[in-house]
Formats: sequence, structure tokens, C-alpha cells
Amino acid sequence: MARFACPSCGYVYDEDRGDPREGWPAGTPFSEVDPDWPCPDCGVREQQDFEPA
Amino acid sequence: MTSASPTTDGQVAGPVQWRDRKRYAWLLGAVIPAVPFLAWGLVTWTGLDAFWFFGPVFVFVLIPLVDLVVGRDPDNPPDEVLEALEEDRYYRWVTYAFIPVQYLCLFWTAWMISRPHLDVADRVGLAVNAGIVAGIAINTAHELGHKRESHERWFARICLAQTFYGHFFIEHNRGHHVRVATPEDPASSRLGENVWEFLPRTVVGSLRSAWALERRRLTRKGGNHLTLRNDVVNAWAMSVVLWGGLLAVFGLGLLPYLVLQALVGIWLLESVNYLEHYGMRRQRLESGRYERVDPSHSWNSNNIGTNVLLYHLQRHSDHHANPTRRYQTLRDFPESPVLPTGYAGMIVLTWVPAVWRAVMDPKVVAHFDGDVSRANLHPRRAQRYLSRHSAGTTRPAAA
Repeated sequence: MARFACPSCGYVYDEDRGDPREGWPAGTPFSEVDPDWPCPDCGVREQQDFEPA
Repeated sequence: MTSASPTTDGQVAGPVQWRDRKRYAWLLGAVIPAVPFLAWGLVTWTGLDAFWFFGPVFVFVLIPLVDLVVGRDPDNPPDEVLEALEEDRYYRWVTYAFIPVQYLCLFWTAWMISRPHLDVADRVGLAVNAGIVAGIAINTAHELGHKRESHERWFARICLAQTFYGHFFIEHNRGHHVRVATPEDPASSRLGENVWEFLPRTVVGSLRSAWALERRRLTRKGGNHLTLRNDVVNAWAMSVVLWGGLLAVFGLGLLPYLVLQALVGIWLLESVNYLEHYGMRRQRLESGRYERVDPSHSWNSNNIGTNVLLYHLQRHSDHHANPTRRYQTLRDFPESPVLPTGYAGMIVLTWVPAVWRAVMDPKVVAHFDGDVSRANLHPRRAQRYLSRHSAGTTRPAAA
């Protein structure tokens, strides 16, 4: 499964682990994450800005 | 030595030699919550009750004077030392040290107010001083709440419990930073909006925003949002316990003073919010999204007094570009918009809206090259601004 990084702060969304605290359970594909979901660490960039890590 | 690493005297060794000249000045941040004790000392020493109001004098007279006399802060850490500086744990301990002094101040204030020999004016002075500390504590919470470490986010909530403002660290990180300098952001002030209009809008709007953010997050998780896992609920629960405990120990007579200190703290914090983005607006792109936040969307100041008082908060453009970056690493960008003096002195200007407008409106107009239609305009006065400045090309229309 793939990993995607926030281009601003380096937070990584790992599809294997998801981000359960944010409401994305382990295994949630990144494509199913809301495009307007902001980075949980910095809030500067959104899902649609993330880059493959 | 091949890589940069901090040494005990604040020198960062490595390819670039740079010394943090404010390294020990940051300790003053943890001394600020002791200002109310200084007020007490001055009252005892001089016998003058007026010194019970030393807190506001410290923030609104002494700090602005330091800014005006000492002036600008020339230190900007170079790129090569940022990582080592960021990882130097001394700096985070300085912010943690604020919290015990803050709480010592709160408990001492509550005890003093409960004693019979003080009159109402003295008690009001004590509550105002505690409120000044509470407001600066929101700034400490701001520094801690932006960090990835969960213990630091808990420390942020502890700082905010005194003002019942625990929702701030949710709204600020997930709301304000996302929508900054847009009309949708309750914490970005608009051109033509005075601070007294901004205060109710930001307080109510931020509260609603924090609640909506947590409800959305918890709904996504598939549960009820009325739970202690809701960060707004658990942060407020801390305030309920704190205030309940203080009232149980010192009596219900303390309640009006607790409310007063919270209001002073919230007012101080929201006044800073008011001046950070006054009139700034990100433009909409063709995609419908807002352009990315850049240094031109925040008002900065680089005066040394307020820099130390507020942990470099005034290097605000860098903070919005890199919100998780620690205070000691924030840099001053020479190209970013600059206020005439430090944040503390600028708050004084907000008190009289006509003075604020006289100083700041020309700066906002110049920032947009005379085209105020690109500014974040206060709807009620938008027409007046547009006709007065009409894109900077024609003369003002008749009023």
C-alpha cells in the first residue's frame, strides 16, 4: 500500500495504518480520504496537495 | 565536527557559526507569569494601591517602550542551523516552565482575593493581572498546541483551562490555519472592522468552528460526538474541574473575579489575533480554491521586547508557512508586511478605532497597491472603502 506526504510539514499518510484519530481507519485508501481534509499536523495543505512518499 | 549540533552555551557548531543571542532571554517568558507577584511587591514596598494594576502597565507601557527604545531584533537563524536549533530541548523546557508559574499565580490570586483585608478595587487589580497572565498563557498554549508531541498538546490544554478557552487549540490549528486571510475565517480581521466588532465575531465564530471540527472528525469515526474523546469537551472538562476546585476552596465570591480574569485573557489573545491579519486576503484561484498562504498574508513585527514576550509570534509569516516549527527557529522575512511597532504597542492602538484606522488603513491600501477590492473588506463598510479608493486609479467618489 502507498504512502503520501504533506508537502509542507512532512506528515505521512500511510494507507496501511490510516489515521484512525482523524476518522480514516487502517487500510483506508488515500483516494477515499476527503480531498479537502487538511494535514492534521500543520493545516497548511490538503489531501489533494499530498505527494507520494 | 561534520554535522551541526547544539552545545551547552547556545552555540550551534557546524559549518556555520551562529549563536542564539536570545537563548537566555527566553527564560523571561517563564518569569512573565510572576508579574502579579511583582505588583504585590510594589504595593507592599511603596504602600500605593495603584500598583495592583501593574500587570497592564507592564504589557501596554513597559514592553512597548522596550520595543521603541531597543528596537529591532537582528537575529535570524541561518538555514544550516535550523534542524539542530529545533531539536535543542532546552527551548521546549523553557515553555514548559511557564505552566507551574502560571498556576502558582492563579492559586495565589484566588487566595489573595479571598482574604478579607482587600477592597474591591484591589481585587479587580489582582484579577486583571491574573488575566494578563492568562492571555499570555494562551500564547504559550499556542506554541505548545502546534507540536506533534501529544504531551505538548496536553500542556496546551492545561494552559487554556484558566480561561475556559480549550477549544482554541483545535480551532486555531485546524480552522484558522486552513482558512487564514479569507472572509470565512472568524479569526482574521477585516479592513474597516474595529476590534470591538471583531471580538464577538471571533469568539463566537471560533467556538462554533471548533465544535464543528470535532463533530466532523468524530462523525467520520462513526461515533457520538458528545464524548470525552471530543477535544472540546475534554478541554472544557479541565476548566470545570479547575474552576470548581477554586470555588470550592475559596468560596463563591471568587466567581466574578474568575470570570473577569478569563475575559481579560481572552480579550488580550483576540486583540493579537485582530492585528495579525488585518485586511489581508488570499485570492481565489480558477479552481475555486484559495491561493496558498504566503508571507504576504500576515502582519509581522520584529521588535525585541514583544518577540521575547510572545515567543516570536510576531514572525508570523514564517509561523503560517511552517506552523509546526518551534519558536526559536522562526525567522523574520524582510519582504513580509510589517507593523509600525511590536504587537504589544499595536494592541494599544486598537483601543481607539479611529487611531487604528489612521495608522493601519493606509498600510493595507498600499499593500494591495491601492486596489482595496483585493482586501478582506468588512461588509458593512466595503462600499465606503471601494468608493474612496476605487482601484487606486480614479479620484474618490463623493461621499
